[in-house]
Formats: sequence, structure tokens, C-alpha cells
Amino acid sequence: MSEQLIVPTMAEMMAEGKQPDILFWVGSAGSYDDRAKKITKAFVKILNKAQVNFAVLGTEESATGDLAKRSGNEFLFQMQAVMNIEVLNAYEVKRIVTCDPHSFNCLKNEYPGLGGKYEVLHHTQFIKELISSKKLEIKDSDYKGKRITFHDPCYLGRANSEYEAPRDVLKTLNATLLEMKRSKSTALCCGAGGAQMFKEPEKGDKDINELRTEDALKTNPDIIATGCPYCMTMMSDGVKVKEREHDIKVMDVAELIASSQGL
Amino acid sequence: MNYLPNILFAIILIAGIGYFARNVKKLFRNIKLGKAQDISDNKPQRWKNMAMIALGQSKMVKRPVSGFFHIIVYVGFVIINIEVLEIIIDGVFGTHRIGSTILPASVYGFLISSFEILATLVFIAVVVFWIRRNIIKLKRFMSAEMKGWPKNDGNFILYFEMVLMTLFLVMNATDSSFQALESGNIISQYIAPLFGDNPETLHIIERSAWWLHIIGILIFLNYLYFSKHLHILLAFPNTYFGKLTPKGQFPNNDLVTSEVKLMMDPDADPYAAPPEGATDEPPAKFGASDVQDLSWLNLLNAYSCTECGRCTSECPANLTGKKLSPRKIMMDTRDRLEEVGKNIDANNGTFVDDGKQLLNDYITPEELWACTSCNACVEACPISIDPLNIIMEMRSYLVMEESAAPMELNNMMTNIENNGAPWPYNQMDRLNWKDE
Repeated sequence: MSEQLIVPTMAEMMAEGKQPDILFWVGSAGSYDDRAKKITKAFVKILNKAQVNFAVLGTEESATGDLAKRSGNEFLFQMQAVMNIEVLNAYEVKRIVTCDPHSFNCLKNEYPGLGGKYEVLHHTQFIKELISSKKLEIKDSDYKGKRITFHDPCYLGRANSEYEAPRDVLKTLNATLLEMKRSKSTALCCGAGGAQMFKEPEKGDKDINELRTEDALKTNPDIIATGCPYCMTMMSDGVKVKEREHDIKVMDVAELIASSQGL
Repeated sequence: MNYLPNILFAIILIAGIGYFARNVKKLFRNIKLGKAQDISDNKPQRWKNMAMIALGQSKMVKRPVSGFFHIIVYVGFVIINIEVLEIIIDGVFGTHRIGSTILPASVYGFLISSFEILATLVFIAVVVFWIRRNIIKLKRFMSAEMKGWPKNDGNFILYFEMVLMTLFLVMNATDSSFQALESGNIISQYIAPLFGDNPETLHIIERSAWWLHIIGILIFLNYLYFSKHLHILLAFPNTYFGKLTPKGQFPNNDLVTSEVKLMMDPDADPYAAPPEGATDEPPAKFGASDVQDLSWLNLLNAYSCTECGRCTSECPANLTGKKLSPRKIMMDTRDRLEEVGKNIDANNGTFVDDGKQLLNDYITPEELWACTSCNACVEACPISIDPLNIIMEMRSYLVMEESAAPMELNNMMTNIENNGAPWPYNQMDRLNWKDE
């Protein structure tokens, strides 16, 4: 049994008259999806370890509406956005961090036009900040010498041109970082984006996650690193399809950092 | 009688340019059929993008082989056109190689030498392109949407360029007085012996090549409008107006915003009479089912596409055998726009419903729903075309006007509506992970 996680909510903080430095936007996947919840917890362990003054919205958080927007339902998206913005603004939130690149993109780029203006960070950016400001120290890690390949999430990479933060964080593990042939701006999507995660793919000759897993396997990795709960699902399934789950792990950057430090 | 060639030349020139101008006007009109979109922001960045991406070919070279040969053709095309200036002056005033009489011999020789070298390089590059399309059969030129006219169009352009470059070199090679200068004929001096030394034959060949060259250029100019090759002009405005915001940022629909604001406003009176000055226009349509519903930038994008297929070759859906091809989205949009344009021409300036639209008749829902919105196509386009925006506009139409999303997506959206998550979990359980 690990140490109890400290996860204050905005409501609790407010009741105590406190204001957190940053809001952790957990997102729907991070709240409900069993695999993604592990990422959420790993990230909270990092936040606790670095003694970050943060809070979550808890039951006051609702879907960003990103999925609705990508599905073409602009009305549902804006309803969700306006409701969330009302909550966020009421708590005078200034800074947000999230483990989901889809929430990240939506909050950062699509909320401002509807009245929600915040500084929004992806968790890899925030972890990078914690490391460079010495709030988080990375001691010798179990991943030294391990072969790690990073799969760029579309909504972090191409959508927002952030390719370096996750790689910079992974570099602190002293692992061997391997690049897939298609990486950074030419990275192949895992197949989950644009709400594909929630529907059967159209007829074709292969599933996208299988093709992307093949890209990853070509680097002969021990670990496939991701930075997105949906990529996590797709890549984990892909590794299973290729029957390599016994020797290849799929892990989020936050999980790698947390477990390397025994958190 | 001596003026006959000059007059003939002027007539051909005016007709050639005039017909092209007429089609350019049509092109503008068709693009303006799209919805208004204000793109007047951040001019310095836009000029910079145009300079880097269109003029500087910065995205072409991401693929080094085609990028390299494309730069040769592009630079050759632009620079050799300086020669056309001389041809026009000669043609109108009946002079012969006006440049050689007004420029110092060394300058003229240098210019023509450069043109000859470039013409040769362009010829070689075009042959390489032809081989890639017809012998190596590169996958992206073999897709379903590239059958028939698009394939022929691509080859015609290459043949045009081969012929024009050959005519230019033959014209120089058979020009005895030019060869006698012994300057500027850096390539043509090796071609000249092929044509013998009969002055009369040489003169006839030289004149024929000269006329065919300029007529060929005018035909090529007019061919542009009917071809994918318009990119040589439209790449410039297209990169200027290209998206500057992060690729992941999809525009918010203002129409929806005003409705949502009204719904959320506790003081709003749902039975209130429409405010003074409100128009009786039918409520605007959400999303796009036809080209008129797209923005003018989408339509400019469509005309600018040269069907290179870099987008499609990076598309995850296409790579895994789905029907979606971002290039086809652009080609369909252009073809439908042309059809609408012709309809307007045939009906004295107004569009008469032809029972067709972009959705279903050109682009199927199956293609639209295969998109992962990953932006690979947008990233791949060498001239800033955004196929994803069209896909999203059409999805919007399907969902908001026809409620025609795939069933699983409807379930997902119902969940978001009811409990604020794409899965049927209670919002009150959102923090349960903390204690699990």
C-alpha cells in the first residue's frame, strides 16, 4: 500500500481561504478509464513529491467538449465549454495542467474565444519545469540503459508544436531514447483522435494502432512511452495484437518518472 | 505587308492573355462563392510565410528528392520567363533579339547562358518527374483518385514543359546570328550542328521554334485554369492566407456561441420579440454540405491543390486502407466548385439547383468519419492547404443538421450531455480514483 495521495479540491481550498498555484485538469479518461487512472495517480505522486500547491475540480469537472467538437457537435462542445469556464473563472484559475493532450489543446486554444483565458500546460511541460527549477530531483533511475521510444500524441505534437518537453523529461532517466522513423511532425497518429476512440474504424485493411505499433517495434524498444491516455489505450492494444506484451511495456512519461523515483 | 507578323503576334498575344484574364475573373468569382472569412490579421507573419513557404519552397524540401527537382523547375520557370520579355518586345516591334543590341555582349551572353543551362536542367527534372509517375509509379500517384484526367493532366504538364524547353534550345541553336556571337550559346552550340548549315533551312527552323515557343507559352498559360497546375500562381496567396493559429485550434462557430450564450443567460426572455433590425433571413446552416457553405479560403485551397498527394501519403486512415484521402477531399471540392461555376455561367449568373451537392455526390460520410483529425495532411502540404477544416465543416453538417453521426458517437455525445463524460459514469464519481 503506497502512501496516501494528497488531492485537494478547489472547493476545499476555497473553504480554507487558499488559492492553489495550479489546477490539475484530470479529464474524463484520467478520471474513469482504468489504465488512465494509473497515469493520473502517477502524476499526483510527482506533484506531491515536488510539494506543488495544486487542486483538482473533482466532481465539479466536466468533459471539455473536445470530443463533441471533433465529432462535429459544436453546440455540445460550446455548452460544455461555457459551463466549465463558469466554474474555472469562479475559482479564479490562472494556470492549468493536464495529462490529456486533447484537453490541453481544447483548454489552451478553444476556450479563450469563449471567455476562458488560462495558461495551460501539458503534464510533460510541467514535469520539465519541476525538474529544471529543482523542485523535482531525478536520482538514479531503474530505466538507465533501457530502450525507450516516445510516441508523439498528435494534439501535443503537430497540433501544438510541442515535441521537446516529453523528450527532455525522458532524457533525465538516462535511458536510450530511440526515434521511430515517423516521429515529431511526421509522427503517425495512434488512431484514437477525432473521436475514433469511441467508434469502430471504417473498413480498411489494417487498424491504425497496429501500423503505429509496427513503427514502434522497429526501434526494438523495451518501453513505448506516451503522453496521452488515448494513445495509451491504442498502443497497449497494438502491443497485445503483436503479442509482445510480455517484453514491451507501454507507459506514460509521468509513470516512468514516478516509478523511476520509487513513487 | 512587313507588319503582318507584328500584327499577328499582337493579336495572338492579346487573345492569349485576354482569354486567361477572363478565366481568372471566373476563378475569383467562384472563390467568392464561399462564405466570408476575415483574414486581415498579422500581415508581417503572413508575408513571411509566403516568402518562406511559397517563394522559398521551405516545405517542398522536406522530401529531398522531389524537393530538389521541384526547385530546379521552379527557378527555371521563373528565370527563363525573363526571356519571354525579349520575345514579346521582338514580336511586337519586329526586332530580333533586342537584348543583344541594348545590353553589353557579356551581360546578354551571361543571361542567355543561364537560361540555356536552366532550360536543360528543367528538361532533365521534368523527365525525372515523368519517370516517377510513369515508370517507378510512386504509390501516391497511383491512388484511386488519380485515374483518368488527373493522371493525364499531370503528364500533359510535363510534356508541355519538355516541348517548351526544347523549342527554346532549338530556337537558339538555329539562330545563325546568335551562334555567331559565340557568347550565350553554352548549350545550344552543341545542338546547332544537328541542324546542318543551310542558312534558309536554319532560318525557317529558327522562326518556327520561336513562334511555337511563344504560342506554346500562351497555350500553357491558358491551360492552367483547366488544370491542377494553377498552384504556380495560387501557392502565393494560399500560403499568405494560410492558418497561423496552432494546428489543433479549430475555429469556434460564432452562430452557436450566440445561441449558447442566450441559453445560459438567466435574464434572457425566450418569448421576446426579435430585436429591432433583425433580418428575416433564414437561419444559417451549420457546417457544410456544399461548396457555398465552405469559406472562400477552403475554396482557394481547393484551386491551389496540385494533387501531389503528400497529404494522402501521410494520412493514417489512408495508409490503413480506408477510403479517406485528403487529396481527394481537395479535388472533389474543386470539381464541385467548377460544376457550380459552370451552372452559374449557363444560367445567366444565378445558381440553379442541380440536385447535387459536395456531400454524398462527391464526398461520402464514410470518408469523413475515417478522419482522426491528426493534422498529418495539414503538416504535409507544401503550400498550407487545410483539408482537415473541410472535413470538420462537413462533419458538423452531418451532426448538427442531419443528426447523422455513427451510432457509437451519438451514444458518446449523449453521455457527455447527461453526465459530463464520454462514458456512462456518474459525474459524482469523478474523483473516485483518488481512493482506489
